Amino acid sequence: MWPVTSLIPEQASTLAPRVDQLYWFIIAITAFFGILVTVLVIAFAFKYHTHDPLKVGAPITGSIPLELGWSIIPFLISIVIFAYAADVFFDIHRPPDQTLEIYATGKRWMWKFQHLDGKSEINELHVPIGRAVKVTFTSEDVLHSLYFPAFRVKADAIPGRYSSVWFTATKQGGFHIFCAEYCGTRHSGMIGTVHVMEPTEYQAWLSGSTEGTLSARGARLFADLACNTCHRSDGTGRGPSLEAKFGTEERLSTGAVVRVDEGYLRESILNPQLKLVAGYQPLMPTFQGLVSEESVMALVEYLKSLQGSRGAGTADDAAVADPPAQENK
Amino acid sequence: MQTITAPRVTYLNLEHSVASWLLTKDHKRIGLMYLVVVAFAFFLGGLFATLIRFELVTPAGDLVTSDTYNKLFTMHGVAMVFFVLIPAVPAVLGNFVLPLMLGAKDVAFPKINLLSWYVFVCGFLFTLWAMVTGGVDTGWTFYTPYSSRASSTNVMMTGIGVFITGFSSILTGLNFMVTIHRMRAPGLTWFRLPLFVWSLYATSLVQVLATPVIAITVLALAIERGLGFGIFDPTLGGDPVLFQHLFWFYSHPAVYIMILPPMGAISEVLACFSRKNIFGYSFVAFSSLAIAVFGFLVWAHHLFVSGISVYSALIFSFLSYAVAIPSAVKVFNWTATLYKGAIWLKAPMIWALSFIALFLVGGLTGLVTAALGVDVHIHDTYFVVAHFHFIMVGGAIMGFFAGLHFWWPKMTGRMYSDIWARVAAIIVLAGFNLTFGPQFLLGYLGMPRRYHMYPEEFQVLNVLSSAGASILAVGYLLVAIYLIASLYRGKAAGDNPWHATGLEWTTQSPPIPHNFDVQPVVTEGAYEYSKREITVV
Repeated sequence: MWPVTSLIPEQASTLAPRVDQLYWFIIAITAFFGILVTVLVIAFAFKYHTHDPLKVGAPITGSIPLELGWSIIPFLISIVIFAYAADVFFDIHRPPDQTLEIYATGKRWMWKFQHLDGKSEINELHVPIGRAVKVTFTSEDVLHSLYFPAFRVKADAIPGRYSSVWFTATKQGGFHIFCAEYCGTRHSGMIGTVHVMEPTEYQAWLSGSTEGTLSARGARLFADLACNTCHRSDGTGRGPSLEAKFGTEERLSTGAVVRVDEGYLRESILNPQLKLVAGYQPLMPTFQGLVSEESVMALVEYLKSLQGSRGAGTADDAAVADPPAQENK
Repeated sequence: MQTITAPRVTYLNLEHSVASWLLTKDHKRIGLMYLVVVAFAFFLGGLFATLIRFELVTPAGDLVTSDTYNKLFTMHGVAMVFFVLIPAVPAVLGNFVLPLMLGAKDVAFPKINLLSWYVFVCGFLFTLWAMVTGGVDTGWTFYTPYSSRASSTNVMMTGIGVFITGFSSILTGLNFMVTIHRMRAPGLTWFRLPLFVWSLYATSLVQVLATPVIAITVLALAIERGLGFGIFDPTLGGDPVLFQHLFWFYSHPAVYIMILPPMGAISEVLACFSRKNIFGYSFVAFSSLAIAVFGFLVWAHHLFVSGISVYSALIFSFLSYAVAIPSAVKVFNWTATLYKGAIWLKAPMIWALSFIALFLVGGLTGLVTAALGVDVHIHDTYFVVAHFHFIMVGGAIMGFFAGLHFWWPKMTGRMYSDIWARVAAIIVLAGFNLTFGPQFLLGYLGMPRRYHMYPEEFQVLNVLSSAGASILAVGYLLVAIYLIASLYRGKAAGDNPWHATGLEWTTQSPPIPHNFDVQPVVTEGAYEYSKREITVV
């Protein structure tokens, strides 16, 4: 894939050159100090070398200015590295507003990717070039870590919660996907390839799907699991209406306020009593063990798709919509 | 001139029975008993490492199965961390020289000192039993929920071993702290203490405060695994990341348990073989304490991609840079100590200078891993593996060997072959760089750690690394050979073969059972080489 003489992996995302620049910046600083000290140690060892064990060294005990100098200067340099690295870190953590969303689950020992259009794939991931992609994922068993070296991003897949990484691919071709968190026997076999394609090619690839979209699957599950008997869209059910809920803030029975994101929706399906919406009874059964992580993702995606029914369309508009009828407080 | 001398009484020839060793309260004998166990654990850990490097010569998993490979790197880590790196310098060298350096007869609690050794051996036997009866495959980090739910190997038995061993570490730490407070010779004020004592003091603090946390963590893991209480397993209502916080709250300070004592030993060796005061004595002394304190505040830098919030990552990254400063101060002071010294390049000095070179690389690459934006990419790759091996093997083990070569004539009364010792140091230095240098490149290229098989483009660097490891193995074997040979054929060392300052060199080699015939009195600082005429023996 790339020559072994290369010191860095291929730069295939918008983040990659930024991370590499930071890396070379730190390497340059550390190399300077490393070489300086090594040269001094070797030079002193030669210059002041003696065979006479009775010879003694100069009576030097220290120097306050030197001590202060070599404490403060490295500290200031450290601050610069810290700030620069934090800036890059923010970029790694802050996806752009419009992203192509893909869901994934890690399980021993494979990565399953789920596109919104319904297409799913194992240990392969197809993404369009030049478009920000956000992968939201969890683990079905133990810890894993979704790692795209060519994009310079990685995050642990943690059972019980969602993690995400984002990237905008800048180079066509196939690049490694690794599991970076040890997960047992075939940890080193939990690898795959991300294929970066031209957008038109990507559309063609997607349209080969025979399954319905992910949110359509979620809608079917929503009916099959009888969620809709309580969560009625008009808000008259025993559970809160889930219309246009995603991205809003919800007041809980404890008085706390929670932001409705993928993680909260997931948690509310699997552990509904944990963060109960104010004004509702703890009636909902847990679906822990009854629905797979992939089905939960379909449900979450369906709930996210319920934005347009009030005509608002964006999460920000939905945030000011009326809260569901509250019985008492 | 005496023509006939009666055989001298030493702590070694006083009694010869097995019971006289197993029931001894002599800190010197206990130190040697630790050395035997630690050497065996080092051999075992080294053997596992050798097998790992053999396997990684080819991209395919063709030497052992994946399960065996996973057990090998786990047992390599467990053996090396808990039974070599943590006890090597404090329990072996510290036990032997601390009371001698203080001008004391023994440690404050000699019986507890013996108890520490038994607790240590008991923990080691449990761990050994776990290894022999099928091994363990969780990685030495025991991350949940893999360790609590998925692994079918001897997690419990290994956990019990680690749990028990921790108490040995706590007891030794307590013992040393009290010893340093209460047993100093008249005139031996805090700022006349050898820097090795300062580093042992800082280490003891960490041992006493941090080790209980690993005990609690392992206990919680055992409760979840054995009784099914949900602590870390999300399907039982637990939080897997909580384990990582608890684990690293001990295991990061534990890094300083491993590296602080060798740093102290290096200060002794550098001062002696430069014939000078340590440059900036009080800065070196206080940097040990600063490292011990700051070391408690950086644990979550192991969790930058584990799902902690962006802002907590920022705080821990910042604090990680803060802890780098006292380490940098030490390196600068050591370098300055050499300036205008009278540098005598005997074997301990070659090991000590190699320590500086390797610790330098380990410390500086820590600045790379602490950088948030880069760490996301290199986390859990070979870059991290290389970084911590430079600290732990290049730093802690080189420092241990520097100290061992320095005090060996005092411990045994014999001198090893200086030529071979210098050759071995150079072989180890070269082999080490060849083993772990390529791993930095592998890591940045994206090779994850704990991989049994790997893509072909990583092979060249892996072959280089394995070649380096075989050189390294030769170097270590050489050390074992000439040190053991010195016991039988070594020249008598004399009381002070290095013409060193320090109370341990004022008594005979090997020392008498009670260390000193007359209570020593101290009238000056630890490294007044330039002031005094050194008595030649």
